[in-house]
Amino acid sequence: MDVQTWTYVIVGITFALYIGIAIWSRAGSTKEFYVAGGGVPPLANGLATAADWMSAASFLGMAGLISFSGYDGSVYLMGWTGGYVLLALLLAPYLRKFGKFTVPDFIGDRYYSNVARTVAIICALLVSFTYVAGQMRGVGLVFSRFLEVPINTGVIIGMIIVLFYAVLGGMKGITYTQVAQYCVLIFAFMVPAIFISIQMTGNPIPQLGMGGDVVGENISLLDKLDGLSTDLGFDQYTNGSKPMIDIFFITAALMVGTAGLPHVIVRFFTVPRVKDARKSAGYALLFIAILYTTAPAIAVFARTNLIETVSNKAYEEMPDWFSKWETTGLIKFDDKNGDGIIQYVADNNTNELTVDADIMVLANPEIAKLPNWVIALVAAGGLAAALSTAAGLLLVISTSISHDLIKKQIKPNISEKGELIAARLSAVAAVCVAGYFGINPPDFVAATVALAFGLAAASFFPAIIMGIFYKKMNKEGAIAGMLVGIVAMLFYMLKFKFDMFGGGSKEDWWFGISPEGFGTVAMLLNFIVSILISRFTPDPPDEVQEIVETIRIPSGVEEAHLH
Amino acid sequence: MDKQSRARQYWKKNLQYVAILLIIWFLVSYGFGILLKDTLDKIPLGGFKLGFWFAQQGAIYVFVVLIFIYVRLMNKLDSKYGFDK
Repeated sequence: MDVQTWTYVIVGITFALYIGIAIWSRAGSTKEFYVAGGGVPPLANGLATAADWMSAASFLGMAGLISFSGYDGSVYLMGWTGGYVLLALLLAPYLRKFGKFTVPDFIGDRYYSNVARTVAIICALLVSFTYVAGQMRGVGLVFSRFLEVPINTGVIIGMIIVLFYAVLGGMKGITYTQVAQYCVLIFAFMVPAIFISIQMTGNPIPQLGMGGDVVGENISLLDKLDGLSTDLGFDQYTNGSKPMIDIFFITAALMVGTAGLPHVIVRFFTVPRVKDARKSAGYALLFIAILYTTAPAIAVFARTNLIETVSNKAYEEMPDWFSKWETTGLIKFDDKNGDGIIQYVADNNTNELTVDADIMVLANPEIAKLPNWVIALVAAGGLAAALSTAAGLLLVISTSISHDLIKKQIKPNISEKGELIAARLSAVAAVCVAGYFGINPPDFVAATVALAFGLAAASFFPAIIMGIFYKKMNKEGAIAGMLVGIVAMLFYMLKFKFDMFGGGSKEDWWFGISPEGFGTVAMLLNFIVSILISRFTPDPPDEVQEIVETIRIPSGVEEAHLH
Repeated sequence: MDKQSRARQYWKKNLQYVAILLIIWFLVSYGFGILLKDTLDKIPLGGFKLGFWFAQQGAIYVFVVLIFIYVRLMNKLDSKYGFDK
């Protein structure tokens, strides 16, 4: 069978599976819709969290990104896993004990203030919308490349699927489809990695193959790649080019941002007990680590393969995949010296080949000449990753509107049934907005993902941490801190990414810290401002201090409150 | 022991565990993977340079282990202070 038939078959089977699960796990109450009834076993929650977290960017984009940035790519590997340690040790158990539905719930109650709640809602919406646009775009890309439908049709098909199970099943439906999606995506990620690892190093475990010797040669793969890179004028693969301070700050911003992302945090409200919250954070990171330790291996394999296939080879002799990706515009060859041979070098004046980092994972099986069903599997995996993350984000958006905004502020006496209808309608509206951004992507998507992490780091993380670990933190401090954090983050991002407030280039970055790493600085500002302000304003009321005492102890946990 | 002083002791012990585990967390990622990377890179680990290995592999393995250690320690602590019901 050809690739396209295989793709239809495999994608069709996985979609049927997701829909079947959605019908089986319909939500009947707001509690089921928001937190899956609070009865998800820790193992299932770990699997669901892993799928929730690993987006189209992790599955399709990350290995390619690392492949072109070498050591610098470590910021994503450490940054997007290390946050789970913070979650497990500092956030998840206490938020579970607190036992409400959302992050704005915690902020609003702990800081006894609807202003704080509203600031949190705005952050949650900003972060989630930024993120979800990228996911819908990922769905469209996979469809257009593998099923040869226009990108927009792909986005709409994706919207319908997500709509179906997110609106029908709420958190309950999403949780169990995410479990299935994790299995699909990890299988799809590992199969080609194992094949290629055997081909290149003779070792079936990619994590070990990455550090092994090249088959038939007496040199380790990484040494060989370092050599190939420097020969072509690139930085040594294992060294990279970013300054150390920037690597440090970006890693920290991504870690803290991860721990502050509302769609990740909310997953820990769905388990029955405090100890389950800790354990499921461990499972989640274990399942994430399988992909995150394989990605750098794929990056090394793909980079080496690419250089060996194209560098100084005749354009006429390029394999099929080369011309296929050329038609999408993601590979470009410009024969500057007219010799018909591809010069792939670091120097922009003589380099003749540009390869979009996003295609590395998708093209990798073809570059390595793997069978057609493997290529189709990768397409299904990419879709699983994008859909699972999109669904988690859409749920945060709809909960923010129906629960945090309508139930908690605008219309507190809304009936259970009315709130459930409101939740479903907001989910429909959110899917439509996400679809719109998927079809008409704002050209700043890449910049805004960094912004999403920066904002989560600068706003939620300090407010939640101090809410748990610093009993005397009051509403004045927390609100001022969040506002300062958000404003600082927005200012730096707008100045250096969008040329506002006088703009500036790389040389003007404060202390050499990029906008991606500035979330760490904004977070520190939040902490400092909050603590200073809280010293000069009244202590929080006694009953709030008592809440803090109780969330520190795991026993006596109630099931997630019914409102 | 009354509930309040049990709660205080429990919290103190918890903070100790968290502090120790976070020091290790910092050491393997920011320490070995970033600040000390160039020094550690002089040591080979199979086909890897050690600093590079920590940044792209080792730190992640340690993260997973740290969480499961915390889970174990806290389960024990919960039952010691009777907070596991």
